[in-house]
Amino acid sequence: MKTASKIYLALVFIFLYAPIAVMILISFNSSDSTTQFAGFSLRWYREMLNDKNTLEALKNTLVLSFCAAVLSTLIGTAAAIGIDGMKRRWVKGAVMSVTNIPMMNPDIVTGISLMLLFVFAGSVTGVVSFGFATLLIAHVTFDLPYVMLSVLPKLKQMDKNLPEAATDLGCTPLQSFFKVELPLIAPGIITGFIMAFTLSFDDFVISNFTSGSSYETLTIHIYSMIKKSVKPDVYALSTVIFLVILVLLVFYNFSESSDERAARKKRDADKRRSKELRRLRGETKKSKS
Amino acid sequence: MKRTFLQRCAAAPHLVWCALFIIAPLFFVAYYAFTDSSGAFSTENIQRFFTAEYLSILLNSVCLALIATVVCLIIAYPLAYIISRMGDKGQRMMMLLIMIPLWMNFLITTYSWMTILQDTGIINSILSFFGLGTLNMINTPGAIVVGMVFCYLPYMVLPIYSVMAGIDKSLLEASRDLGCGTLGQLTGVIMPMSVSGVVSGITMVFVPSISTFYISQKLGGGKIQLIGDSIESQFISYNNYHFGAALSLVLMILILISTAIMNYFTDEDEKGREKRDTQRRALK
Repeated sequence: MKTASKIYLALVFIFLYAPIAVMILISFNSSDSTTQFAGFSLRWYREMLNDKNTLEALKNTLVLSFCAAVLSTLIGTAAAIGIDGMKRRWVKGAVMSVTNIPMMNPDIVTGISLMLLFVFAGSVTGVVSFGFATLLIAHVTFDLPYVMLSVLPKLKQMDKNLPEAATDLGCTPLQSFFKVELPLIAPGIITGFIMAFTLSFDDFVISNFTSGSSYETLTIHIYSMIKKSVKPDVYALSTVIFLVILVLLVFYNFSESSDERAARKKRDADKRRSKELRRLRGETKKSKS
Repeated sequence: MKRTFLQRCAAAPHLVWCALFIIAPLFFVAYYAFTDSSGAFSTENIQRFFTAEYLSILLNSVCLALIATVVCLIIAYPLAYIISRMGDKGQRMMMLLIMIPLWMNFLITTYSWMTILQDTGIINSILSFFGLGTLNMINTPGAIVVGMVFCYLPYMVLPIYSVMAGIDKSLLEASRDLGCGTLGQLTGVIMPMSVSGVVSGITMVFVPSISTFYISQKLGGGKIQLIGDSIESQFISYNNYHFGAALSLVLMILILISTAIMNYFTDEDEKGREKRDTQRRALK
């Protein structure tokens, strides 16, 4: 049983990592071919660094992902706070269902629906053109549910007495928000921001329908590279992206597990304290009777 | 009093955003689907969908997406089971390894699969090196399924794994005390308890599989058209927004119905939905 499951795991991981291994191997190929490995060279990495279009697309993607992440984090966090304060359940439910539409719908439908909106707005007003602005709108739209889903649980976990206590102690509502609530929900906001950024960075389908020809993101650039020619240059680029992501992911994972350790320590301490309390209470009860 | 009002106002920008960029666009999909190029009402586009050509495309997409979903389930279920029985550290490590390929852009991994499956590709080079002849793999429905399974397998593993890892260990111990073997435990305890994970896994694989266009373009070589391909070509190549919108509308309704059916089988409460949303989030 043990060996069988090990073999099974190995097979699945071969399947999952075969394309990535191929990508890394071919990126060092010295010839033009993506199928025959001729010899080791850094030729494609050099060409990538000299390719103005690729660097431009990378810059565009970073700018776009950053702006989309900032905007969606601002709107999403505010919305999460507002929704958390709503009393009627069905209103909350309705707002969340609408927010989640881009997450549930296939990307292609979200992409073309926004494209149709922009086409229509352009035909009516004549000022809308596809480019940075349309991309930004599209990206914020599909980032929003993810930001809200990471902020809302933090708000739910928060002790509602804390902001109240702050106002009792003389804080204005805004002060109590910035001094008490914001620091408490900050981890959720940061997670939401990172998620929005990576989703925007990685998106192809929705960008494909909302970008037009003037503003090229990295994924669209890769798409057009693949369409035109079959050369290992795409692989060099993706190997670099892959390594960056890998380092970030491992780093993030380590910091998370150390967070968890700290949380466990705290939990254990709490448990001990409550045990102690219970014991003391038991003793007082006994002495009373 | 004042505070809660202020608080609710914070949602205003988001509500405006939703109305403008989520609801209005969907309205435009319906609007374009039911008008012709002059802007007059017409059901021509919807009728055109119900012709043999497009119905067979739809059938193809549903079949391939279903096959990919089933294959994902068959691979993912034992995988999730094995991982959930490991130690804490092993579980973390394995899940990280399963998530990493998801962070690779699917444009590139699909392209890599082309390199692997081509007639002169890696598998065929290995086969012919051993004198086993060559296989024709690229541009077949099988190749498309391989691409889909590769891209969406982690979406199946994660929900099943998180349900299995969440099963109370004392239940497993109890079943063992009551005389269950490993198999009895699997069919009697773990399987019934992991249905919700399977259901969310199925939706999370089926929806992107049925709407893909890039995977079928690259690995199907344009021979096998899926509904995603038809939508994409209506918008990008033919500029026929009206028919493209009609196709998307049909796809959207199809997905809505299938998700509703899936949810009916699990009669999810709000908590379950929240859990699924968190899973979705954790995936990215």
